[in-house]
Amino acid sequence: MTTIESSPDAVATASSDRAGDTSSVLDGVAAVFTSTDHKVTGRLYLAGGLLGLVATVVINVMLSVERIDGVDTVLGYQILPQLVDAQRVGLIFATLLPLAMAGCVAVVPMQLGARSIAFPRFASSGFWMWFGGAFLTAFALLDNGGTLGRNADAVGLFIAGIGLMAVGLTASAVSVATTVFTTRAPGMTMRRVPPFSWSALVFALGLVLVMPVLLGTLAYVFLDHRNGRTGFGGNEGIFTWVGWIITQPVSFLFAIPAVGMLAETVPVVFGKRAAVRGVLFAGLGLIGVAALGGVTQQNVQNLPWAGSDLSVDDLGTKIGDLVPFLLFNALPILGILLVLLAVLQTARPDGGVRFNFSPAVLFAFFGFGMILVGMLGNLLHAADDLALQGTVFEEATAIYVVYGAVLAAMSAVIHWAPKLWGATFDTTKVTPLALLGLTGTILAAFPLYIAGFLDQPAGIAYTDDDLLIWNLISLVGHGLMAVTVIGFLGLLALSLRGDRTVGDDPWDAQTIEWTTTSPAPRDNFVDVPVVNSAEPLLDLKPAAASNDRSDA
Amino acid sequence: MQALPAAPAPAPQRQMLVGTTLAVVAIVMLTGSMLAVWALQRREAIDFAGTWLPDGVTVPEVPTNVMLIAFAGICVFGQWAVWSAKHGDRPHTVLALGCTALVALLVINAQAFVYYRMELAIADGTYAVMFYAITGMFMLLMIIGVVFTTVAAFRYIGGRSGDQEILVSHAIYWYAMSVVFSAIWFLVYVIK
Repeated sequence: MTTIESSPDAVATASSDRAGDTSSVLDGVAAVFTSTDHKVTGRLYLAGGLLGLVATVVINVMLSVERIDGVDTVLGYQILPQLVDAQRVGLIFATLLPLAMAGCVAVVPMQLGARSIAFPRFASSGFWMWFGGAFLTAFALLDNGGTLGRNADAVGLFIAGIGLMAVGLTASAVSVATTVFTTRAPGMTMRRVPPFSWSALVFALGLVLVMPVLLGTLAYVFLDHRNGRTGFGGNEGIFTWVGWIITQPVSFLFAIPAVGMLAETVPVVFGKRAAVRGVLFAGLGLIGVAALGGVTQQNVQNLPWAGSDLSVDDLGTKIGDLVPFLLFNALPILGILLVLLAVLQTARPDGGVRFNFSPAVLFAFFGFGMILVGMLGNLLHAADDLALQGTVFEEATAIYVVYGAVLAAMSAVIHWAPKLWGATFDTTKVTPLALLGLTGTILAAFPLYIAGFLDQPAGIAYTDDDLLIWNLISLVGHGLMAVTVIGFLGLLALSLRGDRTVGDDPWDAQTIEWTTTSPAPRDNFVDVPVVNSAEPLLDLKPAAASNDRSDA
Repeated sequence: MQALPAAPAPAPQRQMLVGTTLAVVAIVMLTGSMLAVWALQRREAIDFAGTWLPDGVTVPEVPTNVMLIAFAGICVFGQWAVWSAKHGDRPHTVLALGCTALVALLVINAQAFVYYRMELAIADGTYAVMFYAITGMFMLLMIIGVVFTTVAAFRYIGGRSGDQEILVSHAIYWYAMSVVFSAIWFLVYVIK
């Protein structure tokens, strides 16, 4: 049901856009390349992120195949260093970050009632910088670059590519954060900002804090690599100095929109107002503490206690060890648990609760769970006494976080597809796909947790034959994840080609992007709705009248 | 279902100001992290070799001190532009922006003069690499600042004199650059 209709000029613009697309393919391509519509930029980020996801999953499968035999190589010694680099950089820079940014750029302005993202050209240029950087990084790895590459120019290109991606993501993050601060609909106070937009704000501010630190360090590493390699260790020093960006806890920061996705979809499913909204927002903010790992350039803020050290002797030193350990590793967990508490509070069966199942919530819930398991794993990883550092345990943590965020990104695509291209997904096929993704993630990562406890070293090689089974299961998990990704892309293609007669509010949702037409017109809203609560659409629905307002 | 009450789309509130502030935060993080790594490497070099500054390299102090003083001027000129624009004083606004750009160009020139006087090759070791990285980044930010001043001036001259937000943002940028250079000046040029 359309609650706000498009104005004639907006409809005319959209019609002429479509006419231009059909009359000339080049015009259409040029329109996409030069568009300042945040939805187009968001879709470009999504396409880039999905491309990166496919590449990263394929690389994960290749590395897992290589691990089946811990001694001999299947793919050849020459390409292994590049594959390992491609996996680590691909998980974060080609998958997690663009997918998170896609949701933020495409959806946040609509959720806020804005007609455009702030600084749309800046946001768009951010995408192209990211895309150029990703291309350069991939090209450098193919040309024997990377941390162990033997082609000096390609190594330089590798560093420059990562730097360019960092600049681009920072530009888009500035646009997203400015949008939340400055372009909210009338009546939408910061407390009434939807949970996903709040998570996008925390994510964007975190990027603004972290990415410049990466850029500055990369500048040193790049110049050092090109001139003498005396101070920063040449190739091998790259990850010594900037490795913190592709590991935990910084990756938690990049997964915040994935956590926000659960907080966004659960109230929709239960048709209730988000309970304890302040706690929810505080939880999302606490996960942002993970930015500390970036601004202090720390790989692991470890707990240097072993065995008999677990006594109360020398209490001052131990408190000194414990505080940074908890700050870096436990506060994000506290944050995600607070979010879970708020979500469970919303799902509490009282006051005439309905259950309007949405396939998106399944993906979001599974993704959230995987991220939580990854965070808990990181807590263990930092404890020296467990001797997990330098093992594959850390890789498992990263896989949990990134694959969990990927599942949540799929949730976001399914949830907002009506607004982005005016169609829904085939819900009968989405549910099995979510279960497949969950299974794939667990099988890909959990065996590596076990292998980590069994002292399998990080990297490819190992000598203990008992480890084979865990690596085999992990291969199956990555294979299942590859099938999940292929299945999702298939459903996405069907959705894009499918019937575009979806209603304006197919999920019976609560936030104001569902008041505009599906798909949303270029300027999102003809007349911006006035917001009187955090769930403005619920105010109009009789079933929700009995629920208390959560943001008085 | 009823429709939500509609209203005209509100004008973005202080968008340029917020965007500039976020950009300034990014700049402070960028230079702050570079200076932190500088301090770390400097301490390690002194612990290991007893010295940080390469033999035969002298940091010219006069131009670097002049640059610091110039930044005080840039701040005054930037704020002068804001004050004049708020009072509708078009000639003084344009003059203030012109002075800002001129002094910023002088700072860039002074930094180039420092390079010339130091005669330090970038391949001369860790100090040289880090010196050129941090001052090169500073030069890049200065050039961005001059472009910002030029855009603000052309917008104002072009008739958008009621839009004073960009002038305030412009002043904030230069205030931040003053802080950035003060830190560089202290760590790189004074402590060395």
